[in-house]
Amino acid sequence: MDILITGIVLGGTYALIAMGLNLQYGVARIMNLANGEMLVAGGFAAFWLYTGAQVSPILAIFLVAPVTFVLNWLIYKIMLRPLVKRAKTRGQLEADSILATFGLAFVLVGLMIWAFGGDYFSYSYLSRPVEIFGSNFGLNRVVAFICAVVICGLLYLWLNHSRAGMAIRAISVSPSSSGLVGIDVPRLSAIAFALGGAVTAMGGALISTFLTLDASTGVLFTMKALIIVIMGGVGDVRGTIIAALILGIGETMVASFIDPGLTLAAAYLLFILILLFRPEGLFGRRLT
Amino acid sequence: MRFSGDDWRHIAIAVVLIAIAALLPFGGNAYYLSLGVNIAMYTALATSWALFSGPTHYISLATAAFFGIGTYVTGIGIETTPYPMLLVLAALAGAAVAALVGLATLRLSGIYFVIFTLGLAEMVRQIVTWWQNQAGSKGTYVLTNLTEADIYWQLLGLCAIVWATGWLIGRSRLGFALRIIGDDETVASHSGINTALVKVALFMVSGSVAAVVGAMIAPRYVYIEPASAFTPMLSFQVVIMALLGGTGRLWGPLVGVIPFTLLWEVISSSFPNQTTLLLGVCFLIIVYLLPKGFVGLLQKIRMRASGESARDEALA
Amino acid sequence: MSAGGMNIGAPVLEVRGATKRFGGLIAVNAIDFDVREHEVMGLIGPNGSGKSTTLNLISGMLRPTSGSISLRGAPISNLPAQTISRRGVARTFQLVRLLPSMSVLENVKAGAVFGHRRRWGDEADSHALKMLERVGLHGRAHAPVGMLTYIDTKRVELARVLAGDPKVLLLDEWLAGLNPTELEQGIKLIRSLRDEGRTIVLVEHVMDAIRSLCDRCVVMASGKKIAESTPEEVLNDPQVISAYLGDDDA
Repeated sequence: MDILITGIVLGGTYALIAMGLNLQYGVARIMNLANGEMLVAGGFAAFWLYTGAQVSPILAIFLVAPVTFVLNWLIYKIMLRPLVKRAKTRGQLEADSILATFGLAFVLVGLMIWAFGGDYFSYSYLSRPVEIFGSNFGLNRVVAFICAVVICGLLYLWLNHSRAGMAIRAISVSPSSSGLVGIDVPRLSAIAFALGGAVTAMGGALISTFLTLDASTGVLFTMKALIIVIMGGVGDVRGTIIAALILGIGETMVASFIDPGLTLAAAYLLFILILLFRPEGLFGRRLT
Repeated sequence: MRFSGDDWRHIAIAVVLIAIAALLPFGGNAYYLSLGVNIAMYTALATSWALFSGPTHYISLATAAFFGIGTYVTGIGIETTPYPMLLVLAALAGAAVAALVGLATLRLSGIYFVIFTLGLAEMVRQIVTWWQNQAGSKGTYVLTNLTEADIYWQLLGLCAIVWATGWLIGRSRLGFALRIIGDDETVASHSGINTALVKVALFMVSGSVAAVVGAMIAPRYVYIEPASAFTPMLSFQVVIMALLGGTGRLWGPLVGVIPFTLLWEVISSSFPNQTTLLLGVCFLIIVYLLPKGFVGLLQKIRMRASGESARDEALA
Repeated sequence: MSAGGMNIGAPVLEVRGATKRFGGLIAVNAIDFDVREHEVMGLIGPNGSGKSTTLNLISGMLRPTSGSISLRGAPISNLPAQTISRRGVARTFQLVRLLPSMSVLENVKAGAVFGHRRRWGDEADSHALKMLERVGLHGRAHAPVGMLTYIDTKRVELARVLAGDPKVLLLDEWLAGLNPTELEQGIKLIRSLRDEGRTIVLVEHVMDAIRSLCDRCVVMASGKKIAESTPEEVLNDPQVISAYLGDDDA
């Protein structure tokens, strides 16, 4: 039972991170492999604001979000838009964006190491235990979970009940057809990309409250986000959430029953099984 | 198999160049020899990578996994099995793993393939680390009589084999099928090509070579542990070198390996923390400036030169 | 007797109850028809009626949701495209698909090398050259594909398809997008294929072509077959007319 709750709590936070990538890949069609680095950047920001200015990470989110929104918007406009324009096929765009975002990821890691050194950073925030259903859990994890749920919920409502949200969902189904019905695809793709980056950074700030991060752990989170997005089905919010929960619970179970060192291996096993038996993910459409 | 006059000329040039390269250990300079080993190693890895990833446009990041498997084959077997046998076992192990991975993922779009291979080395590393912990040790010793020069010649020989294989494939039905798949996979399958099988076959070649490279290099490390054997950095480096040089020609990766290796040497000795930054910058250069590598750049220059001379002739 | 003068033979292609669903959309709804040896069969109907999808089911590009398709009695409905192609079913595409990095000759060779008569080397080259002559592209073997006119790209694709010695030819709106001169040339070319006795399934919109080339027509609308007969009868059928023009003009 403990494991279930710990897993759900972890999964909820993962969902936020994967949501960011989902927006970037599903809408802007960019497989952003620098996603993990954006998460670490968000974590860094929360770390400073907390250790330097005593700002609670929960409030830090409100600072991190707009800054990373603008940053990602610039990244899209300057680096990625030229690739979108020059790619003749979707496959070519994917290949180009993988290489470009890899480059970006490594550059970001390099810059972070140069600026802050390669040390781990962590801080103690709300690390008191809280009792739920008779067992103890870290309050920081629970609070992070609640925040993640709130943000995911807001995002879901916005995507499904606002005009802009509907336009964005249209683009994720078919960019070319969306253009034909008058949707400004380039502008909204940029916004979706920027929003995705901001959401990921917020997730990073939340995760930094209970996990230790350093400049190089970005890759790990990118991989987990990828697994979740593909498992859940690209472009679908419900799928991402459910897949994130599955991953969170699965990881926790492996860590408790088998060995903490095998969590990533377990995640990949899950990924392989999905690829073999249901590559479109839980809620995705088979791409023809 | 018919060889034209041009073919014999190319073969002769290649043989002469390889013979010259084989003289390096006799120069007596240990630093250059060590550099030579690095270059030979990366050339074998990058060229075999390009045999698969070039025509299919599938970016494989699994090189580190195969390499690591190869090092461990040597590490585990060095006490009990004759060395040449180890190389054969490594080749088979690499081919087998590549076949499994290939059959599972090549039927899907390229993006799934990249992501899966990205995690493969990590997953294998985690498993090997865990297994070593269970067995009670942190790493494995590899003690042999092989010198640096021996390793160099072996790698050079492997490079020659890879080039010969690539050359022969290029002239065969398999090579033609590969080019067609790279141009338009739908046309390929409607022309009777079993695209999945072709892709898996080439993937097995590149996995097998990477494993043999790993097996050959293990004696150089003396002590191997999962973190160094399966370092994901290797996969990225190989991708960069092959793309920087260009996968359009068999000698393309070589042209990417040499400058990159030298640059890496310089950066890692002067600014050891900035190697990651170097990798990132190189990726960006490839995407934005050199999409077809140096080979592509050379072709553009040649075309412009012949275009200009044709125009000059027309105006004269 | 086919319009080409050869005796129409036994059924080569049998489509029985072929259905294709995309989620809630039924693109092809329980289609039944035969294609007999040496005949040219037209598959016509308004846009969106499921003609190309039916062709995709036959060539293996898509798998039928239910129903069966057989080639001379042997089922091919769930086989991958490359196997179906090797068994002798070849097709052209609605949007011409040429291999951009190769010359005209190599494009045609691609059809000859992997088919059921696996040619290679000089044999493949000379066969490909013969195919190029057949479609009227004599002497263009080494032209880069980027420089060809629209109808020439279609000829190259046709040559590629013919290079595999196919038993059944599926032409997906091959005459679409051609100007009047090109259209005349195109119809002549297909007529010459018909005169050789080839079995052809023609998905077309161009009524002239259908009238002059086809022995029989199957008419589709909204995924279903609504008529099957000679071109004359089918094009005068009030149901067919209303499917094309809407009920007001019938």
